[in-house]
Amino acid sequence: MNKYYWLIPILPLVGAAFNGLLGKRAGKGATTFVGLGVIFGSLLLAVSAFLAMKATADHRLVLNYGEWMATGSLSVPFGMVIDPLSGTMMLVITGIGFLIHLYSVGYMHGDEGYSRFFSYLNLFVFFMLTLVLGSSLVLMFVGWEGVGLCSYLLIGYFFETDFAPDAGLKAFLTNRVGDLGVSIGMMTLFAAFGTLTVSDILTQAGHVAPEVGFGVLTFATLMLFVGATGKSAQLPLYLWLPDAMAGPTPVSALIHAATMVTSGIYMICRLAPVFALAPITMTVVAWVGAATALFAATIGLVQRDIKKVLAYSTVSQLGYMFLGLGASGFAAGFFHVFTHAWFKALLFLGAGSVIHAMHHEQDLFKMGGLKAKTKITFITMLCGTLAIMGFPGTSGFFSKDEILYLAYLKSPVLWVIGVIGASCTSFYMWRLMALTFWGEPRDHHAYDHAHESPFTMTVPLMVLAAGSLFWGVWGIPEAFGGHFAIGEWLKPALTYGQVHAAHGHHEGPAVLLACISTGLGLLMGFLGWSKYKNGPAAEIAFAGRHPFIHDLLLNKYYVDEGVERFLLGPTRWFGNLLWKLFDVIVIDGVGVNLPGALARVSGDFTALFQTGRVRNYALSMALGGAVLLYVFLK
Amino acid sequence: MTGMEAILSGGLQGYLVVAFLLFTIGLATVLLRRTLLMQFMGVELMLNAANVALLAFARFRGGDPQGTVFYLFIIAVAACEAAVGLALVIGLFRHRSTTDSDRAASLKQ
Repeated sequence: MNKYYWLIPILPLVGAAFNGLLGKRAGKGATTFVGLGVIFGSLLLAVSAFLAMKATADHRLVLNYGEWMATGSLSVPFGMVIDPLSGTMMLVITGIGFLIHLYSVGYMHGDEGYSRFFSYLNLFVFFMLTLVLGSSLVLMFVGWEGVGLCSYLLIGYFFETDFAPDAGLKAFLTNRVGDLGVSIGMMTLFAAFGTLTVSDILTQAGHVAPEVGFGVLTFATLMLFVGATGKSAQLPLYLWLPDAMAGPTPVSALIHAATMVTSGIYMICRLAPVFALAPITMTVVAWVGAATALFAATIGLVQRDIKKVLAYSTVSQLGYMFLGLGASGFAAGFFHVFTHAWFKALLFLGAGSVIHAMHHEQDLFKMGGLKAKTKITFITMLCGTLAIMGFPGTSGFFSKDEILYLAYLKSPVLWVIGVIGASCTSFYMWRLMALTFWGEPRDHHAYDHAHESPFTMTVPLMVLAAGSLFWGVWGIPEAFGGHFAIGEWLKPALTYGQVHAAHGHHEGPAVLLACISTGLGLLMGFLGWSKYKNGPAAEIAFAGRHPFIHDLLLNKYYVDEGVERFLLGPTRWFGNLLWKLFDVIVIDGVGVNLPGALARVSGDFTALFQTGRVRNYALSMALGGAVLLYVFLK
Repeated sequence: MTGMEAILSGGLQGYLVVAFLLFTIGLATVLLRRTLLMQFMGVELMLNAANVALLAFARFRGGDPQGTVFYLFIIAVAACEAAVGLALVIGLFRHRSTTDSDRAASLKQ
């Protein structure tokens, strides 16, 4: 089977090419067949590759397809590495990706650009698999940029609207800032280790002592982390993700919740041994993660657009993942990537189903009472909500508590921030659920026409709901009688090439901490539900009492306005200055128009001698002859 | 021998003065008259001034045949030139109903 594994990323590329070039002509049926077929084929091969990898002794499958480029001492291979980390990611991408493709068949069925949509979605899967499976940082970077491109294309998918292309551009430009960090980080790593192949870097890093203070590895990892903040929407580069909700809902689920935005976390896990050598970076990662988790969660409390709530929730959950990584819990952070992929994809697809039922109404204040009309969506979203709030026994409970526990070991302050963020999460999720499904319908016209979505949409919801509830068993922490199986499973990948054993296990009051955070979460969840189950009246009253707090949160702390005023405004002003001063006066004036004017004036002057009169020419001939005579006969 | 005596004594200078006067009259005609026909006649005068000078030089170099032959050639070529020139004048007159050279200025710019 080994010789077919190159098809895992290539199949989606073929699908993208087919749907993009021929899809419109071939028709909707062919588009659906090819678009879903290639992902399904890729999924089957991925499962086979995963099992093959599992069967090897060191849980590592290296596939090399020759050299890509070789200059000087740099040699970059075309190759894939399937190990527990990339293998799990690969299954998430193809598995959840397939469910979302299936869902899209129902969600996009009436859309004009049906085949264009599937072409982009297939292309995204190709690039995401390249990012995950690439054996070198260069190949990973290709995927990294490629998913950014697909994200741009899909956010701006509804290009005839005003805001979608702008949102796409915003995402792309914000990511450029991060991508610059990734390139600098890559070059620094090359300077430090002389190679860009991941396994070689890790092997060499195994012989390096941890840095005390600020050194080259700290710099490199910080730069890579800048890239991660861009792609994974952390402070201060998170701004693009909420706007990215302008794209179709399946895109929000696949790209902006489950897969692409976790690539920053994936990259850090991939280079975990290098990051572990740079304690300063780890602390920065933890604090940025915690700050983002709390910051985004508070914004989520008052948003009215159902997708915006989920978007801020995603930013916040990504913050938890970084908090976990920063607390040296690479496995815990990645475990949260994994569980989050299930429940956030579920919540987004559920929201899409609600929006579909409400005829593209996204305002929570106009929904209500949908419990009876859309039973499957309601029950599945309930599962997702329980998972994200950390209801005991669900997947989110295990992954979030592992992160919070590690955060507590790093610094109790981080734990407090994390717990406050988690209770906010619980509150806004129950607010969302109560406003959508409970209470009286507030828009009767939309409510009367509301209907449950077709089975292509509900089947993925049910599968994802099952995953959200039960996949947590893979990582039951030791404190709860498990043995954190995912940690053991990922260990060969996360400690590849390391000669030192992992540091000893710290002890802490794990059960007590979990009880506190879960208790608070349940309390806040109940509060959110009871406040909003009869409609948004309580919030309107609150906004009346405390307009400052409400407006501050509703307007997202005015960060967008601040960026506009203090960053974009001056940049634009400077650009205008250069345009009017330098371009118009120096380039256009002195450089272009002045020589032109000189040529014109001298031409006009000499044209005076062209009178068209024979006598004048004869006179100048005679004078010329006289001058010649004088000169020669003198 | 003063200048005037030299001219009147039947020497080379006398012929050259005549040639110079003829040339000047021809040139003045070309420059001052606007009628193309008259300008053309001025050109003929200038040609003949050259002929006079050529013959005078030939004579005073001891009957040099080169000058005489040259003169015959110029007469022949001038006849052709007169035919072409007159044809041009007629052509202009047909197009513009005028032989005023100043009004044939449409090539300007």
